[in-house]
Amino acid sequence: MAGSTLASATASAPAAPAQRPLVSPWGEAWRRFRKHRLAVVSLVVLTVIILAVLLGPLVWTVPIDEINFRARLQGPSLAHPLGTDDLGQDLLARMLYGGRISLAVGFAAMLVAVVVGTLVGSVAGISRGATDAVLMWLTDLFLSLPSLPLLLLVIYLFREPLRAIVGPEVGIFILIVAVIGGFNWMPVARLVRAQFFSLREKEFVEAARALGASTPRLVWRHILPNALGPVIVAATIDVAAAIIAESTLSFLGLGFPPDIPTWGRILFDAKDNLDYAPHWALFPGGAIFLTVLTINFVGDGLRDALDPRRVV
Amino acid sequence: MTQYLIRRLLIAVPSLLGISVILFTVLALAPGDPFEELATNPAVPPEVRMQLRASLGLDDPIHVRYIAWLTAMLRGEWGFSFISRIDVDRLILQRLPTTLLVIGSSQVVALMIALPVGVLAATRPYSLFDKIANTLAFLGFSLPTFFTGLLFILFFSIYLDWLPFVYRSQIDATGWRWVWEHIRQAIMPVMVLGLFQGAAWTRFVRSAVLDVIRLDYVTTARAKGLEERVVINRHVVRNALIPVVTLVALQMPTVFGGAIVTEQIFRVPGIGSLLISAILANDTPVIMAVTFVFSCLVIFFNLLADILYGWLDPRISYS
Repeated sequence: MAGSTLASATASAPAAPAQRPLVSPWGEAWRRFRKHRLAVVSLVVLTVIILAVLLGPLVWTVPIDEINFRARLQGPSLAHPLGTDDLGQDLLARMLYGGRISLAVGFAAMLVAVVVGTLVGSVAGISRGATDAVLMWLTDLFLSLPSLPLLLLVIYLFREPLRAIVGPEVGIFILIVAVIGGFNWMPVARLVRAQFFSLREKEFVEAARALGASTPRLVWRHILPNALGPVIVAATIDVAAAIIAESTLSFLGLGFPPDIPTWGRILFDAKDNLDYAPHWALFPGGAIFLTVLTINFVGDGLRDALDPRRVV
Repeated sequence: MTQYLIRRLLIAVPSLLGISVILFTVLALAPGDPFEELATNPAVPPEVRMQLRASLGLDDPIHVRYIAWLTAMLRGEWGFSFISRIDVDRLILQRLPTTLLVIGSSQVVALMIALPVGVLAATRPYSLFDKIANTLAFLGFSLPTFFTGLLFILFFSIYLDWLPFVYRSQIDATGWRWVWEHIRQAIMPVMVLGLFQGAAWTRFVRSAVLDVIRLDYVTTARAKGLEERVVINRHVVRNALIPVVTLVALQMPTVFGGAIVTEQIFRVPGIGSLLISAILANDTPVIMAVTFVFSCLVIFFNLLADILYGWLDPRISYS
């Protein structure tokens, strides 16, 4: 640490160059994010989707389960902007409602993955030795698990009991969120661990340790905030992965029950009527695609903004 | 080389054991009792039920049950399918070749897309080609396989009526026609999986090649007067492939997930669709066995990646 102390305690600090206004780290990140044009466009589109899903059902008040056999499998029209399904239910209303579930699952599963991943990664990164080795072996083991078959297995085994305990909707929601999150935390854990390995040797951490900070305080106040950038990027991508996972489960007929029309579930119902009513499959599929695409682009922009070392 | 192989195989054993522990724990933790039917049947007195449980070892402590289950699995006693009425291992062996064929050819397709496109994009960074390739790759891996599958069916089977959308294992034709029919029905599932993987790999290849191409030894190779083609193929790509192999191995679980979905959409009679139908029919022995087979396949491909890694990177010693 030689050379980093001032020659004398009374030496005046060099005058700060006052020409540029101070930019906060988040302002700097926003400046870099804006440079990624597609990411900005995606952010706008994604915001529109989220707002539509949140506020849409308030505006478009057609019930999602109103059966009308005289309006079966109709294409888009003024009365039904996205057409109807085989029971004559309005697809726009169903998609707005289902979008809420799909997005909620995506964000909740991401939270589970990030919390578990950060926990495992921090513990491994700060403790070294045997704990680190065991946790990383566990992480590698989970990485080599075939997640979809296991998702299906867990849902098959636990669906009925949970439904009996907390009701069909909440039960399947908790189960799907927990399982998807439980199979997505590994990349975050590895990232956090790698960040910890480089950060814990840095001077500011050493300084804090020298001042007598306890290990939890070191982790919470000094290391974690600095490891946040890559975690935010990974979290964004995790939302997309979770939405795809939920849609896949519902598409296989093993996700939400039929009365909860998530986007994947609508696709599942639509796939046998592709030749009569292609719109029925195209709209929910397009919604999943657009959401995932925009989230991925936003993640890409965030990587430029928050993780400057990885910019190519 | 043999020693290296043996060491890699030995490292795979704990992973397999770990997976078997996870599988068994999930099964053991799951509520529900195999004797539920007997319990509700008034003709069976409770004492008989208890005796039956004890004789089947259901009341043993969990580690004893685990070891019993594991030895049975290792001996090839995988149980009996409730639905198909044949042994589970025979059922899986019937279905496995189709799955491996579809996955294998889709990986070849993915490689044939990702390698040239990724290398070309990286040698001309930020050019028009690079931008288009990058955007397409982004679109490609944001399109979930179940949606691409439906789009393919909609376009190629319903709109153009070129390709059949139901995979048939029995085709009554002979000679070249038989081969052609098989290829025709495999095109869509293979392409759906291949394009999805290809899109993801293109990005891996591009960034790996970009990392390597700026290194000094590449400049040296060019300065020696080597042709650009030789520089790229022999000096750049080989080294760039090393990180790509690792990433591809990490992608394996995703590949198998995609395979399950594609098999379900196109009704390919592989182990993926077997898993789904077994779940829908509550056929527990089949579900457990297929999940275990998928885990073994992932580990096997990871092993393969390790061996490839050793071949690509001479710095890794085999001893």
